[in-house]
Amino acid sequence: MRIDQTKLRMVLAGVLALALALGVAACGSDDDTTGGSTAAETDGGEGGAIVSNPANGKVNLTIGSKNFPEQEILGEIYAQALAAAGYTVKSDLNLGSETVALKSVESGAISGYPEYASTALTSFFGLEPEEVPADATEAWEKANEEFEKEGLTAFEPTPLASANAVGTLKKTAEKYELEDVSDLEGVSKELSLYGSPECRQRIDCLAGLEKLYGLKFKSFNPVDIGLRYTVLEKGQADLSILFTTDPQLSAESDKFVILEDDKEVFPAGNVIFVTEKATAEKAGPDYEKTILQVQEGLTLEVMQELDARVELEKQTPKEAAASYLESAGYTG
Amino acid sequence: MIGALPPHPVLASIGGAIEFIFTPQTSNVTGGKEVGGIDQVVELTLNQLELTVLALALSLVVALPVGLYLGHRGTGQLFAIAIGNAGRAVPELALIAFIAAAIGVGVLNLTIALAVLGVPPILTNAFVGIHQVDRATVDAARGMGMTEFEILRRVEVPLAIPTIFTGIRGATIAIVATATIAPLAGVLTLGDFIINQNVYGDDGVLAGAIVVALLALTLEFALAGIQRLLTPEGLMLKTT
Amino acid sequence: MASPALLAAVGEVGGDFFKPRTSDTLPCQADTSKLFCFDWARENIDRYGTPTVQHLELVLFSVLIGFAIAFALSLLAHRRVWLRPPLLVATGVLYTIPSIAFFFLLLPITGRGRDTAIIALSAYTLQIIYRNTITGLANVPAAVKDAARGMGLTDRQILWRVELPLATPEIVAGLQIATVSTVAIATLAVFAGGGGLGTLIKTDITFKTNLILAGGIAFLMAIAFGLLLSWIQRRLTPWRRAVTE
Repeated sequence: MRIDQTKLRMVLAGVLALALALGVAACGSDDDTTGGSTAAETDGGEGGAIVSNPANGKVNLTIGSKNFPEQEILGEIYAQALAAAGYTVKSDLNLGSETVALKSVESGAISGYPEYASTALTSFFGLEPEEVPADATEAWEKANEEFEKEGLTAFEPTPLASANAVGTLKKTAEKYELEDVSDLEGVSKELSLYGSPECRQRIDCLAGLEKLYGLKFKSFNPVDIGLRYTVLEKGQADLSILFTTDPQLSAESDKFVILEDDKEVFPAGNVIFVTEKATAEKAGPDYEKTILQVQEGLTLEVMQELDARVELEKQTPKEAAASYLESAGYTG
Repeated sequence: MIGALPPHPVLASIGGAIEFIFTPQTSNVTGGKEVGGIDQVVELTLNQLELTVLALALSLVVALPVGLYLGHRGTGQLFAIAIGNAGRAVPELALIAFIAAAIGVGVLNLTIALAVLGVPPILTNAFVGIHQVDRATVDAARGMGMTEFEILRRVEVPLAIPTIFTGIRGATIAIVATATIAPLAGVLTLGDFIINQNVYGDDGVLAGAIVVALLALTLEFALAGIQRLLTPEGLMLKTT
Repeated sequence: MASPALLAAVGEVGGDFFKPRTSDTLPCQADTSKLFCFDWARENIDRYGTPTVQHLELVLFSVLIGFAIAFALSLLAHRRVWLRPPLLVATGVLYTIPSIAFFFLLLPITGRGRDTAIIALSAYTLQIIYRNTITGLANVPAAVKDAARGMGLTDRQILWRVELPLATPEIVAGLQIATVSTVAIATLAVFAGGGGLGTLIKTDITFKTNLILAGGIAFLMAIAFGLLLSWIQRRLTPWRRAVTE
């Protein structure tokens, strides 16, 4: 049968495209399972390194996280640290927002996840922002009290704390002379605010801005958390809900600025690891010990650096977590 | 898990979803605001309809003239067919995300994205429909002294209505489906219920899915009805 | 200042851990105005491996299952003409319902995961494959069937040796459309927990390089399948020119 040249060329192009796709597929594989043990020797951190306990190998843990990069980094740090301690660990990151994550712990789908004490107190337990203790230990104790009523427990907090913040372009702040959130009074009616979908209901977000600051905005538009800077850049959002730990705030401080939370409606929350009491008991003492151990180096600066690596330089949370654990001497 | 399973878990879910559609519920997230209820459902449905109609209009304006013209002239077949295939190959999620990242979020920008999906089926089918009209009929019309445009309008288009409309229906389905995920790019459509389980709960998710399905089916039914009205009698016998 | 021993015990990171960053020193991937970062793409292409494989799996499973079901339905409806309208409507309904809605309609029954995604994607392919197969079979000229009957072939033999071969171009055309569409729609499988290239899109929804790569791979995969099936269709039917939709 005669073969048409053009048809042949088209087919070859198609086969090449398919081969390209398959080649990419064959090129790499991503491993979601962090398992096995790591030798504990290292010259960087005396007393800091994680020791692998073979007895932990029979315990299966699944570490979850919420749906933005900082959470995924934290989840990876905990997951890799627990794996280094000898546990058999799986990660199930990017579950969703706090209500989804909490449900996952309660249903046993995951063993635990990193939460912010302030979010727990306001979103889960209905506290008003003014009732959230400013002291990290107090906030943790209060949250733990409530968690224990549901058979859960929260481990002690990290050094770092993060909070929501109302952010805008520097030139917008200059135009309307905005320094504090209160400066939005009178002006907010002309401004559009963008935030995550759950922001509408949260007291440390839109609900708080409306109720406690008494602000009314021209519009509130829910968008994916990942778009919080894009909408400012594209000029569609006048205001956007940002996080105080965002790397863009320091790396692009000439572009973005956050307004001071003068009425303290956005309490800062230190990270506390939430897990079921039963899980903690079954997993043995290394569970809490490892998590607390590996948290000690998580200062605000370190978290911002890790956030920058993932959000700006597009490293994977896994890589960023691994480099943190190594640099701090926890793993070899 | 404490307690017995409900007797009919699926029916219970449906019941919860139907309740969500009609009466506002307390949100999954504490804060006191209610979600759901018929007002919000209607609002999001209208948003989705608005987006769909805008995108469809833009697609028609761009694709119909080109498809009809090329089909009538009989040229550009490779282009017309290829664009149909290429259009089907466009991944909707990537398209929406890219438009949002490149131009920005919002109704107008999203309309452009959705029109990218709507143009190919309309163009291809317009072309094929006109092109497949019996040449003898066209020649006879030309012999009767009709202008090219009259031939198109009075002979070719009526005969091509089934095919053209199939294209329009295909475009509508693609547009409605993608408009469902518009909330990712800041336009609140029914997909908001579906994507944001954390705010609306499982009931909300199912409710959103049900209403979207009904919306799509209603549009399809309406378009099928319009097609039947516009199809000349003689052709009706041929269509399956 | 704490002593070095105390610092080491607390897990202090090395001084070179921190990198100063300013607006003008940001790498390509941090710059939101950049359309495509070639260096980053080259270094990180292996991230796209597993999702691509997952995507392929989703497509192959869905199309094969969809084909099997649609084909069986066509054979059923081929002889029993009364079945055709209801089946057309049923498959049409499954096609009209947006896939993402379908994922979540199935959720109470099948839960999250790849299976749910595959069920929904297969359902989406049913209409086009069924419709094309039925039309292909129905378009076989009566004269050919009569001739075959005259030669003594049974109805079953006529179906498999005459009608189906003649309907092949139509069937393959339907398969082609179904496959191309499935590749594109499978990007939504991430919402059902089914993996695929959509996971990469959703993870970094503003990074244009990522969108171009993930979307581009999906697009090329679809085109490749389309061309492949087109070619197969032409090879199988030397006696007819390729049939369009």
